[in-house]
Order: sequence, then structure tokens, then C-alpha cells
Amino acid sequence: MRVVGALLRKELLVELRTLESVPGMALFAVTTFVVFHFALNQNTVSGQEAAGILWVTLLFAAMLGINRLFVADADQGGFDGFLLAPVDRSALLFAKALSLLAYLFVLELVAVPAFALLLLGPPLGQALPSLLAPLALGDLGVAAIGTLIAAMTVRTRARDLLGPMLTLPLLVPVVIGCARASAPLLQATSGDGGVGPGSLPLRWLGTLALYDLVFGLIAYAVFDFLLED
Amino acid sequence: MEELAAQAAPGTLVEDRTAAVELAGLTRNYGERAALEDVSLTLPVGATLVAFGPNGAGKTTLLRVLATLLRPHAGTVAVLGAALPEEAWRARGRVGLLGHEALLYRELTPRENLRYHARLHGIGEERVERQLEAVSMSSRADEPVKTLSRGMVQRVAIARATLHDPELLLLDEPYANLDPAAIDVVEPLIGSASRRTRVLTSHDPGRSLAEADLVLGLRGGRVALLKPSSDVAQQEIIELYK
Amino acid sequence: MRSPSLRALSISTVAAFCVALSLVFFYAPIEAEEGFLQKIFYLHVPLAIVSLSGFVIGGLLAIAHLRTRDQRWDLRSYVAIHMSLIFGAAVLLTGSIWARASWGHWWVWNEPTLVSFLIIFLLYATYQPLRFAIEDPERQARYASVFAITAGAFVPLNFMAVRLSASYVHPRVLGSSSNLPGPMMLTFLVSLGAMALLFATLCSYELAAKRTRILLKARSRILGFQ
Repeated sequence: MRVVGALLRKELLVELRTLESVPGMALFAVTTFVVFHFALNQNTVSGQEAAGILWVTLLFAAMLGINRLFVADADQGGFDGFLLAPVDRSALLFAKALSLLAYLFVLELVAVPAFALLLLGPPLGQALPSLLAPLALGDLGVAAIGTLIAAMTVRTRARDLLGPMLTLPLLVPVVIGCARASAPLLQATSGDGGVGPGSLPLRWLGTLALYDLVFGLIAYAVFDFLLED
Repeated sequence: MEELAAQAAPGTLVEDRTAAVELAGLTRNYGERAALEDVSLTLPVGATLVAFGPNGAGKTTLLRVLATLLRPHAGTVAVLGAALPEEAWRARGRVGLLGHEALLYRELTPRENLRYHARLHGIGEERVERQLEAVSMSSRADEPVKTLSRGMVQRVAIARATLHDPELLLLDEPYANLDPAAIDVVEPLIGSASRRTRVLTSHDPGRSLAEADLVLGLRGGRVALLKPSSDVAQQEIIELYK
Repeated sequence: MRSPSLRALSISTVAAFCVALSLVFFYAPIEAEEGFLQKIFYLHVPLAIVSLSGFVIGGLLAIAHLRTRDQRWDLRSYVAIHMSLIFGAAVLLTGSIWARASWGHWWVWNEPTLVSFLIIFLLYATYQPLRFAIEDPERQARYASVFAITAGAFVPLNFMAVRLSASYVHPRVLGSSSNLPGPMMLTFLVSLGAMALLFATLCSYELAAKRTRILLKARSRILGFQ
């Protein structure tokens, strides 16, 4: 625990100092929304379309953060420094996943309001609390898989290419789950004809939770093998 | 026990317990090539081993195996009584490595870097301050490492490597990048005066031979020379590089 | 080396295929809706099942590799995944032909099996680039095993997710295999068996070829030094 804290502190300190990941991710998301406006030639989107645009943009923005996750460690000998310490190696997995979660949180803090402002037709206010559930579950999935794949690809050639190539297929179920779960929330009218957003389909949340659990466990089980030599 | 006493320099205290490093037939491959092949030696506690050899001879690989960073592919390795790789966790934390890389985050300051390592090892922060003092870096401890000169970075790296008071020091060309004044500063930490068991690599027989108790010459991953320093002439070391 | 068992495998594969093909063309009835081209089902679905099983087996072999550190398991894992990828390409091809024949389009999104397969194919297509991007052979094998395990666990999860997401408004284009009449079921099972045998035979050939190459390299290296 103390070790995870020490690692996390170091991670956040480096990120605050360099501001390498988070501002880029947030800016990318906002810019992408603008591009979508022109690409779709629409002023507003709603329902499944809105959910799709939001989640794909968040996913690609997350990729930027994932690509950078272990770069400082690989380039500046951080792996060795950690491996020499008499600590449980899974602590690195937890710390990195937690920091990625923190970055995603800040990303969404910027991107979701930006999305509501720039592209979303129906007002977000009422649906926002329910939207937190798919956001949180989706983030957990991205954090688990993203950290694992980032660790796998950081010490390979063409790591910027391999990272997304490996991560995107693996995250398809997360995209499906989150987009389907949030589609009713972003609708102007709910399914039964009433005014306002629909309700959260629990089936998708269940799928997301299962995915997070399975890949969280797998990441925990195999991570050590990536670190040792 | 007699052979152990014979390998230690006269005057060194040989304690009655297992040797600091015991290698028997250590082999480490890189694909089809052997980075280290059939390396055997015993290093008593408190003694200093100096490894010579051309680049690519396996010196760095040897240090990394002893540091528990690389697994041996064949043979037996015991570091501070712990068999590697099964008992690596017992040796970790008692070994200090100073490699070619400083293992410092360039965006953070020396103080932040050392505090991070201190927390990893479960050491208090007063120790960080003492280490910074010991390498004369207290005044520059709050500037990012990327702004420091190579000599200063090396000093901070030495502070990091000895932060947890390791029993075994593994030093890869430690005096490179250091001017004579700096070398004097770090002597108590990593030099023979530190009374720690040390394994260091060097390309400078003139200086290092004097410090060594045991001399190892590596060529192509194999042991070309293994003798107590008193039996080694400088010429033999130069032969290794031909 | 192990030619007797290789020969036996090859012969039984050929035999099984003969039986299967005769069943397909002469025994199984022609399907009412889709006609003669529906018979590609006997090729497509066994290919899919064998390919997916191959991926999962590759993951299991990778677990064995990480536990025992024996490089031979890694070789088996590599061959299983490589072969499954090739079979997977065939799955996509036959699926596309079937979709075109019965639905008029070369690709359909509301056939969840085909869609899941595309995702899995794209994932495993990165297996070899990942391996070749790592130079150290020992690390390459280790990382490949980690990938194989992760991807192997992904296969069932992905199928679940895509199947859930398939719209129930549009009927499944390529039909379900769960309620097949007797003769069709028999033909299907025999085809499945033949496909599994083909997979095993091709894997054995590739394993033998790779082992020979490794031996040759080792021997030439020794000779080169003498």
C-alpha cells in the first residue's frame, strides 16, 4: 500500500511537472468534437449517434495517455529503479492503472461538458448522474487493459503503433457496453414516448462489470511476467 | 574457509558466514549467443571484486544478474546467501546497483528522486538529507535533474545507490564522469573505505587494481582471468583487451 | 523424426475430408431457403469453431510456457495461434461468400458471429508484429505468452458482448446451428471432425518444420565455430 502510494505520488508529480499526457488528451477530445461537427454537417446529435461519438472520442483520447504511460520509466531507467526495491511488483500495475484512471477522470471533466456544449442536442443535466455509471465502468476497463498493453509495448520497436493496434480490438466490448448503455441517456425523448432521457440499461452495465473483473484479474496475474527479465 | 581467507586481501576481516557472492557455472544467453558462459567465483564478505574486459564481454550482464535484474539461465547463483532466482526477494533491498544509467527521473529534483526511492525501500526522509549532504548536493537538491551536469547527476546516482545502506555494492564504471574532487567526496560511500562488499567494473587497471582483492577478466562471456589481485600484473589485464 | 504419426495424421485427415465432402454433396439435404450455396455452412462454421478453439488453446499453451519456462510450449503456442489466424482468414472469406450468396452483400453487421470474428482476427493479426518487434528471444516468447493469455480470455468475452449487441429486430442472416435436423447435424459433425484433424495435421507439419530449422541452425552454428 505504501509502495503504491509512493509510486502514485511520483507518477502524478512527473505528470504535473511535464503536463505531457492530460492536456493533450483533453485538447484532442475537444478538437475531435469540432471535427465531427464538420464531418457530420450537423449542429447537434442525440441518442445512439451521440453516445457513439462521445465514446469513440474518449477512447482515442485515452490512447494518447496510454501510449505515454510507461515511456518515462522505459527511457529514464525507472523500471530498474523499481525492480531493485524489495516490493511486490504488482504495486506498479496498481499505481499506473490508478494514475491512468486519474488522467481519464480529468479528461472526462473537460470532454463531457465540451461535448454537451458543442454537439449534444438534448440537455445533459438530468442524465448526468446516470451517465457516471458507464463512464466509471468504462474507465476501469480502459485502465486495466491500457496499463497492461502499455507495459507490453513500451519496450518494443514501433511502440506507438503497436499500442493502439493491440488495445483497440481488446476495448471493443467496452465501447459496445458504454455506447449502448449511454444511448438512452442522451436521447431527447425516452422510448415510451415521454419527454426527457430514458433509463440506464442494466444489461450493459453488467457486461462492463464482468469485463472489468475478468481483465483486471488477468492483468494482475500476468503483469509480473512483463517486468522481469 | 582457508581458500576464502586466501582470496581476501591481508588485513580484511573475514567473517565466519557464507560468502557474499557465490557463482558456479553461471550462464546467461541472449538468443543463441552466450552473454555469460560458465562463470564461477566466490567473493567473501567485505572483499572487492574488479571485473575487466572489453565491451560486450559480459561485465554489465554479470552486474545485472547479481542485482537480481536478470535471471540466470544455467548454473547456480547465491547473493548474500540468497539463491537466485527463487530467493531473489531476499537479496533485493540489500544490494545497491550503480549502472550506466542514473535511474533518476529527469523532470524531478534530486530530493524528490531520493525521497521516492526512500519510500520504495521503506526508509525515512532524514536519511535522504544525510545522503545529499554526503555527496555535497544539498545546495542543488531542488533543481530538476535535467539541469545538472553529468558529474552532479553521477553523485546523486551514488546517493541513490547507497541510500538503503546495501551490504553488496554493484558499480559499473563508477568513477566515470567524476572529477578527482568528486571522487574524494564519494569515496566513503562506494570506495574501499566503505567496508562493503563490492563488485565493480573498470577499464582503468592503474587505479582499480589497487582497490581489488579479487580480479576477474571476462572475454566473450567467459572467464579469461580469475586471481587475487596480488598475483595479477597490469600487463595481463591489458592482454584481455587485445 | 516423427514421420509415422505425421503420416497417420495426414492420411486420416484426407480420409475424413473425403467422408465429409461426400456427406455434404450427396447426403445432406438442400436447404429450403438458401439453396445449394447454403452448403458453405459446412465449411464456414467448422472453420470458425476450430479457429476459435485454436486461439484459446494457444492461450492455454502460453500458460504452460510461463509456468515451466520451457521454450517448447512457446513454440506450440505460436504455431497454434498462427494456424488459427490462417483458418480465421478462411472463416472471414467463407462467411463473406455466404453472406453475399444469401443476403446480397459482401459483409453484414447483424451476424454477430462474423462480426466477433472480425474483431478477434484484427486482434490476433497483431501477434506476429508484436513478436517481431521484440529482439531478445526470451523476452519475445514471454511477452507473446502474456498476449496469448489475454487474447485467449478475450475470445469468449468478445463473443458474448457482440452477441448481446446484435439487434433482435433483424433476423440472423446466416442462421443458427442449434436446431439442425438429423442429416444436417451428422454432416456438420463429420465436417467439424475433419476440420479439427486438418488443423492438428497442419500444426504438426509446421511444428516439425520449425524444429528442424532450429536444429539446423544450432548445428551450423557449432560447425561454424570449428
